[in-house]
Amino acid sequence: MMEDLLADDLTRRLATDLDGAFPLVVERMGRRLYWGLRRMSGDHHEAEDLAQEALIRAYQALSEYEHDRICELKLEPWLWTIALNLGRNHLRTRSRRPTFVKLTEPKGVEDPELVDGAAWDRRLSSLPPTQRTAVVLRHVVGLGIDEIVEITGRPAGTVKTDIHRGLNRLRTIMETESYDARA
Amino acid sequence: MTLERELAGLVGDLPEGISEGVALGTGLADGYDLYESPIGSVVVTFNLNGVSGVGLADEDFEGRFRERTGRALFRAEPPRAWARHVPEALEAGRPGKVPVDLRSVTPFQERVLRVTAGIPRGEVRPYSWLAKEVGKPSAVRAAGSAVARNPVPLMIPCHRVVRADGRIGNYSLGNPENKVVLLSHEGADPSWLERLAGRGVRYRANTQTKIFCHPTCRMIRRSKPENVVDLHGIEETAGYRACEICRPV
Repeated sequence: MMEDLLADDLTRRLATDLDGAFPLVVERMGRRLYWGLRRMSGDHHEAEDLAQEALIRAYQALSEYEHDRICELKLEPWLWTIALNLGRNHLRTRSRRPTFVKLTEPKGVEDPELVDGAAWDRRLSSLPPTQRTAVVLRHVVGLGIDEIVEITGRPAGTVKTDIHRGLNRLRTIMETESYDARA
Repeated sequence: MTLERELAGLVGDLPEGISEGVALGTGLADGYDLYESPIGSVVVTFNLNGVSGVGLADEDFEGRFRERTGRALFRAEPPRAWARHVPEALEAGRPGKVPVDLRSVTPFQERVLRVTAGIPRGEVRPYSWLAKEVGKPSAVRAAGSAVARNPVPLMIPCHRVVRADGRIGNYSLGNPENKVVLLSHEGADPSWLERLAGRGVRYRANTQTKIFCHPTCRMIRRSKPENVVDLHGIEETAGYRACEICRPV
């Protein structure tokens, strides 16, 4: 409920002061966008390019939307729709590079502490793409089923099945790992 | 720990590069990099519209930029389409293939600066010439302040703008001597210009072609010395017609 109020507040601010409010979108949603994409792709550069490009496209779209249309947006699912559409094209045109090349040393690209990111990337990469996307959106990013339905365009039942099967598969993989470790 | 909780812990910090890249890509911030110029190291700032500033590489350039534009700065490379032309634009003293973002000045100032950008290397023009070229011959002072506020010195060569009496005058980028350094670097002779000004010479004319020019115009400099005379004011130009290249005022 609190989250919803904050999200409403943010869309209203975007509608009246896009330039002032947009950095808040990056601050609040950029982390989940990048790390979600990173868990889907297993690749820092891919995730960074996509997250950056999606946020830039979102800004450009917002600058053309009318006030009411912005107020009605569900920001985070909308951002994910942009990112996943870009991702589909991205796979086709791998040569695309961002307009700006940053010269600063990248920070914050390490996995969160106490997490074996490589192991998770390995486990997630053994899921079929639709299951991987659904599991990441639901449990890493923390979106609701209805939001994932909106983003992926797949029916709720299918999304739930994807998540359920994805989680089962991850459990099996982890059991095998601990069995291997003991053996 | 349950599987779901472990998955929820797979989100780390936002990589710094993303917020910077988004700020640059949306135009909410500009990039900057350091370049060599005839007067030493300079900072060049840029965005998707072009180069937005050229300034001294001192510790305060970021603060000055923010004050002027309201935008933040991050170190980056310029957009690929024209990045490689930046060094030659600084050296040649003209934007050339580098787009220039003049949104931080008024439309009148922009017109003055676009005209300034066309003053040829090694030549100088007075403020009154700029005012006339933009169609406001009486707005000499306004033309002067447009040049003084030039956000992209070196690339837009405000060092080629001199006082109405022909004296070299002030310069906004660092040491006032820099104007002399820049003019010497591109083959203009500042002490000769000062001597002409001291003698009250405003134009020079070719007695054969009957054309008069600004003293540094390439047309008059190509004339045989024995055919060239000094003119000290508009009243002495009677019998001559104005050069179509330097359009003297």
